[in-house]
Amino acid sequence: MQKISSRFVRTSIVVVTLWLSIFVLAPQAMLLIATFLERGQQDFLTTTFTLGNYVRLFDPVFLLIFWESFRLAGITTLVCLLFGYPFAYILATSRRTLRPWLLLLVIIPFWTNSLIRTYAMVIILKSGGVLSNVLLWLGLIDQPISLMYTDFAIFIGFSYTLLPFMILPLFAAIEKLDMRLLDASKDLGATAFQTFRHVTLPLTMPGIVAGCMLVFLPALGMFYVPEILGGSRFMLLGNYITNQFLMARDWPLGAAASTILTATLIMMILVYLRSVRASARSGEGALEGELLSTEGA
Amino acid sequence: MMKRLSSIYLWLVYAFLYVPIGIVMVYSFNSARFATNWRGFTWGWYAKLFANRQLMDAALNTLTVATLAATLAAALGTLAALVLHRYRFRGRKVLHGSIFVLTVSPDIVMGIAMLMFFIALRIDLGFLTLLIAHITLCLPFVAVTVLARLAEFDENIVEAAKDLGATESRAFRHIILPLIMPAVAAGWLLSFTLSMDDVLISFFVSGPSFEILPLKIYSMVRLGVKPDINALSAVMFTLTVVLVLTAHALTKARRK
Repeated sequence: MQKISSRFVRTSIVVVTLWLSIFVLAPQAMLLIATFLERGQQDFLTTTFTLGNYVRLFDPVFLLIFWESFRLAGITTLVCLLFGYPFAYILATSRRTLRPWLLLLVIIPFWTNSLIRTYAMVIILKSGGVLSNVLLWLGLIDQPISLMYTDFAIFIGFSYTLLPFMILPLFAAIEKLDMRLLDASKDLGATAFQTFRHVTLPLTMPGIVAGCMLVFLPALGMFYVPEILGGSRFMLLGNYITNQFLMARDWPLGAAASTILTATLIMMILVYLRSVRASARSGEGALEGELLSTEGA
Repeated sequence: MMKRLSSIYLWLVYAFLYVPIGIVMVYSFNSARFATNWRGFTWGWYAKLFANRQLMDAALNTLTVATLAATLAAALGTLAALVLHRYRFRGRKVLHGSIFVLTVSPDIVMGIAMLMFFIALRIDLGFLTLLIAHITLCLPFVAVTVLARLAEFDENIVEAAKDLGATESRAFRHIILPLIMPAVAAGWLLSFTLSMDDVLISFFVSGPSFEILPLKIYSMVRLGVKPDINALSAVMFTLTVVLVLTAHALTKARRK
């Protein structure tokens, strides 16, 4: 770490700091302020202070949307974790020469446009679609079925698009695991389950939390998945926020709803930081490092 | 036995990830218009795709924004990584804070925050706002990729250059930059992919006058299944595979 000596360095610092302050911090601050302002007729916002927007969110309709969104995002996260963990474990303990290629096969869908992947699910689930045809062929059903426009379709769509986001941080955490610890646990007489419960699980906890965040949060925000697979019957948090901004033109309410989303996220980060501290890893930027290094892995 | 089961499980999950996309790609060559069964091979949907002016314009817009956003994000992200890694200064906390906010705030929140910001400043939504949003979105990816490279960097080389009379900016240009170039290039490719694939943020900041591919696909998909969406999806998927493979090759070269 050095003192700043040259104009080049000073200019770099100013440019980068200004860019991020103007385009990241300022908009986010504005969003937060807007949640405390009243809705305007012409300008979207007035300068009158109010807590009413948060009060308005206690409406049963919103609470139901909130509950439904969290339920679906929660189930998706849980299922991705249950299927992703063994997968990431097998991947992380696979042959060293094979591993980069197997990992690459997870990274490719990770970077593929989620809209295209949602669309692929439409092809599978729609009436007369692939799944329906396969079930007909197997004789399990006797007429074409459609799974579209159900909460099951939304759940499958989320799981399909978000599974790689669970696997990659899990993989990173499991690969770092010192396998000698597992042997030691076994030598000391622990059963496979005890070893998993008391050694593997705590040591891979940061990966679990990072993966859950990377699945849970997008599942709350990706409004186009419920819209395409669930149809207009399903209003989730992401759709609700989008509607407030683009249809109802109620910025303060939309801003308040997204602030609740962010608040939930901050709570999850606190849980994460505690688990990081528990495994005695800390340092500036640990979280973004963890999240981004797996994303760009 | 356990090993057998493991690899069966592995390939089942891969099948879950790849079969749907594979089906879309196969259907993009299917000459049937509505039916899901096979009616013979055709290039027709691709021909139709490339003859669609609006779509081609949107594709060109997407590539323009992705190229510019990736380049500017690579420049800013590299500078951010450099100053964060090498110097202590007053804005450090702001820099770390904003990269943290960028990483953890959901895309939808970022999108609407920017929408409000641009409208409040009376900036018309379009090319410029989209570019700014994408640069900002990609910046932390480049910064983290470059920071990882800088962490394994031998500081003595720079010291040697300075002892020999190089200024800070010359040391950067002739010593540091060539050594971190693979990371910068990988960051560029990832940014390009990110920009090309983003739906949520673009949805809020692009405006009606400047159309881009992901939003075109969005409006097409909402209207139902059509074979030209299959072809378009196949093209975009192939492009993603090429970009990711290249980025992967670059980061692998880095580790050697």
